[in-house]
Amino acid sequence: MILFLFILVLVLGAFAAWLSAAWNKKLPRWIALMVLVFELAMAAAFWADAGGGDAGWYVTFIRPWMPRFGISFSLAMDGLSLLMLVLTFFLGTLSVLVSWNEIKERTGFFFFNLLFVLAGITGVFLTMDLFLFYFFWEVMLIPMYFLIGIWGHGNRLYAALKFFIFTQAGGLLMLLAILGLYFIHGQNTGVFTFNYFDLLNTPMAQETGRWLMLGFLIAFIVKLPAFPFHTWLPDAHTEAPTAGSVILAGLLLKTGAYGILRFVLPLFPEASQFFAPYIMLLGAIGILYGGKLAYAQTDFKRLVAYTSVSHMGFVLVGAFSFNELAYQGVVMQMITHGISTGALFMIAGSLYDRLHTRELDKMGGLWPALPGMGVVAMVFVMASLGLPGLGNFIAEFLILAGSWQAQPWITVAATIGLVVATIYSLRIMQKVFFGVSLREYKLPDLSLREVLMFIPLVIVIIWLGVYPQPVINTAKPATPAVAVHFTSK
Amino acid sequence: MNWMYLVPAMPFLGALLLVLFSKKIGKTGVSLIGCGSVGIAALVTIVAGLQFMNSGLQQFSLPLWNWLSIGSFNIGITLHLDALSLAFTFVITFVGFLIHIYSTGYMAEDPDFARFFACMNLFVGAMLMLVLADNLLLLYFGWEGVGLCSYLLIGFWYKDPANGAAARKAFIVTRVGDTAMAIALFLLVQHTGSLQLTDILAKAPTLWTAGDATVVTIAFLLLGGAVGKSAQLPLQTWLPDAMAGPTPVSALIHAATMVTAGVYLIARTNVLFTMAPAAQATVAIVGAVTLILAGGSAFVQTDIKRVLAYSTISQIGYMFLALGVGAWSAAIFHFITHAFFKALLFLGAGAVIVALHHEQDMFKMGGLRKSLPGVFWVFLIGSASLAAIPFVTAGFYSKDQIVWLAGASAQGGAGYWIVAIVGAFITAMYTTRMMLLVFYGKEKTHVHHRPGLSMMVPLYILAVFSTLAGFIELPHTLGHVTLLSDFLQPVLPAVVTAHAGTALEWGSQGIAALLCLAGIYIVWRVLPIPFPKEVKTFLKDGWGFDAAYNLLFVQPFVQLARINRKDVVDSLYAGLAAVTKYFHRMMSATQSGILRWYIMGIVMGAVVILSVIIWRQYTI
Repeated sequence: MILFLFILVLVLGAFAAWLSAAWNKKLPRWIALMVLVFELAMAAAFWADAGGGDAGWYVTFIRPWMPRFGISFSLAMDGLSLLMLVLTFFLGTLSVLVSWNEIKERTGFFFFNLLFVLAGITGVFLTMDLFLFYFFWEVMLIPMYFLIGIWGHGNRLYAALKFFIFTQAGGLLMLLAILGLYFIHGQNTGVFTFNYFDLLNTPMAQETGRWLMLGFLIAFIVKLPAFPFHTWLPDAHTEAPTAGSVILAGLLLKTGAYGILRFVLPLFPEASQFFAPYIMLLGAIGILYGGKLAYAQTDFKRLVAYTSVSHMGFVLVGAFSFNELAYQGVVMQMITHGISTGALFMIAGSLYDRLHTRELDKMGGLWPALPGMGVVAMVFVMASLGLPGLGNFIAEFLILAGSWQAQPWITVAATIGLVVATIYSLRIMQKVFFGVSLREYKLPDLSLREVLMFIPLVIVIIWLGVYPQPVINTAKPATPAVAVHFTSK
Repeated sequence: MNWMYLVPAMPFLGALLLVLFSKKIGKTGVSLIGCGSVGIAALVTIVAGLQFMNSGLQQFSLPLWNWLSIGSFNIGITLHLDALSLAFTFVITFVGFLIHIYSTGYMAEDPDFARFFACMNLFVGAMLMLVLADNLLLLYFGWEGVGLCSYLLIGFWYKDPANGAAARKAFIVTRVGDTAMAIALFLLVQHTGSLQLTDILAKAPTLWTAGDATVVTIAFLLLGGAVGKSAQLPLQTWLPDAMAGPTPVSALIHAATMVTAGVYLIARTNVLFTMAPAAQATVAIVGAVTLILAGGSAFVQTDIKRVLAYSTISQIGYMFLALGVGAWSAAIFHFITHAFFKALLFLGAGAVIVALHHEQDMFKMGGLRKSLPGVFWVFLIGSASLAAIPFVTAGFYSKDQIVWLAGASAQGGAGYWIVAIVGAFITAMYTTRMMLLVFYGKEKTHVHHRPGLSMMVPLYILAVFSTLAGFIELPHTLGHVTLLSDFLQPVLPAVVTAHAGTALEWGSQGIAALLCLAGIYIVWRVLPIPFPKEVKTFLKDGWGFDAAYNLLFVQPFVQLARINRKDVVDSLYAGLAAVTKYFHRMMSATQSGILRWYIMGIVMGAVVILSVIIWRQYTI
């Protein structure tokens, strides 16, 4: 029941926020904040209760929905889902805080969309019925389209449309693959079902499996995004309002990674093995290509967007290495990238508030004016280049140590990505905070609201860097097929 | 010894406090926390070190908490104390403490006083983690932490973009080496399933035979990391530029932290290098080549700090040479004496620079012997040690040991010996040149400010140690003291000599001493040395490495980034969209509202469809 509650509270909160705007324009943000703090507390309490030690499914929730087609409203939570939920509500809370003063128009509808997209994401992380999964996958899409299209910056309609078409095209391929799997399973076993656990060991021809796997895979790597499907991301990130960027980078991209871990690998073990080297190669290309493009950008948000392409390349490299180190690294990367990139977008947002520009060439020498923000930016720039002691290092080290055992040369290429990351990350600090100031700045340093946003982020990223064990224990592979994959080597 | 965790914890705590409360505690508070944290770390080191030596233990580990544990792969945050880490810890905390004290005077007028001490504390803390780490991942934490702090401190005066560039260069160039080292860690995880140092070193002989390709690869990759941090060929280019930072930072980087990390790493993993003769020989060759190249560059610099920077590269080259020929403890001996005299020289140079209102060009100095007598004497002691003036300086004993073993050890040879002795000759020459330019001759810039006590006392202490530190280890021919090598014995195997003999050793020492004196004499008589201008520029720019790297790596990367700023992949999708639009226009053009076109279209369509049907009917 608690699983259903996670989604229900968000949906109800979304409508409440929308309706409350008619009464008072400031009410929606309070409602959204309370809803998300409540959800975060609920998830955290659940985590504390569940402990970390025992792998497996903590809790399930199944209600028949359309039994005639084998569709059920089926939710389940294991360690991976739990971690993703905690991340969702954590970043969700922060994205309400960043929108606190940024959004002035149509606040009700804004927070409705914000909560609704989070509801979709929560559903994606919880559902164990492929039909329902596709449903939530689409639910994420539309509110995000509005968030970018209505409250975005200059070129927002183009960006929103591009985002929509890319993910929708991928999603349709996935729908085809889901239906294909459904019918093949039905024909071969006589049971027509969308249930994830029933579909796990579907007997099918080798070639069929590979085609179906590609259908899923493309949907997920468009979302991730992997080279060469990444070009929607810089536009969407750049034009979205800050909260939109935080949710996009921190959570929506993670649904792609999650999909790979939850569906692609367990449903199609043979095909995954078969395509693994090519996919890892794509990942490595993404790491280097994204890094190089990040270096070339002059728009702060666009730069950070390309770093996401680079960092998500690590996810691909790790996920298809099939060993436990890399698997743990991927889960870690999903979390730490969400936090560090979310933080960088929030810094970009805070700078935009003060300077009304995202152009790096119009910044510079801000350290004396904004020392507090400089320290915070330094922490997350270092996180993004993988400095030990911060969470991202653990993630990248585990991924590379694991993938080395599968594909040494691809790993070498990916490791060179660390040097590229250093180059583009340090450029951020230089361009924004160091060097000569262009003007005499008189800017307010971090406000109380911003301190409340950034301090938890800093604490979490350091915590994950020096004591990641609780996350590692929780993330232990629960899905049988994943477990077999990742521990057999 | 259970208090040992305070050694790295205190500087970290100091840094944290300074970041959080910098505005509230004032300059005195900042100085107290900044110096106090390192001071306490030094005291704890001494106490723990004495306990350790009395306990008779060979090593002591202090597990703090579990960092990572996945399946059988376990990494703890565990400190490890043995003779080697104790030697490094002592030098880091003690010399680090003196540098901190000195900085309270040197940086007194800087508005970013607190930020400076926060970074310095962090630097010391990271370096202590590096040498006290019980496993390679924790070592890597310190390793990268040191890189971060060097970045923060070299670019400390951030307003000048050149400083920022130097800072980034230091971080990025060393990161290239770190990447090689990271791959070495992956290999070790794969083959030994562990990163714990004692574990790896114990397992290595059972896993591989000497010269096995895997262990050679690992050793080479570790060497890649070491040459980055220790500024050896081919990754030495960052160090001269690192002079952009405040002078105490240079002292800290060169003497106590950072550049000696590579020496530590190789000494720590000596078992792997012994098993990989090719890699170990490369260590010696890298050291030998570097010490000559850097010595040549030091000879023609005009900036006093750059002379010292190149001299550091050259002296670390000696340490690498010693490691490469298996003279492990000789390398550590030279590290210790070098830490004292190089800190002394840098801080002395800092005193000169401040006295002359931030003038660093030696040709604008001169005659300071009379106006800054205190600085002159301590600088003279430091220079004497660097030049290795026989019998009375620490530098003589440590360098002489390397020179001798470069020839006498089983892995050494006449070639190494000649390089080492030529290097010693060059060192004496450039050191004398520096002394003469700065302290002798006519006074060219007036002294405007004499260094206070907070700056002079550390200099006096370092001057004493620059002399005394030499006597912890004396050659067979001169007293035969082996305090240090005995102490290090449990960690570092003794050197195996092949061509030993008292007469030979006397000969080596005699020639070294003679060449040193000859070098000093030559420079004394013929300064300025006539060099062709092209040669001078070439040497001064560090043998053209910067230009070559710029051409080979930096420019292609920057140009490629510039050309593809708009992301060529996107044009694929833009093209797709354009094609779709084109067809859309073509089709919408047919919707013209003219009825006879529509009828015509229907007729044509019907004809085509009918023809196809009929054609298929008849052919099948």
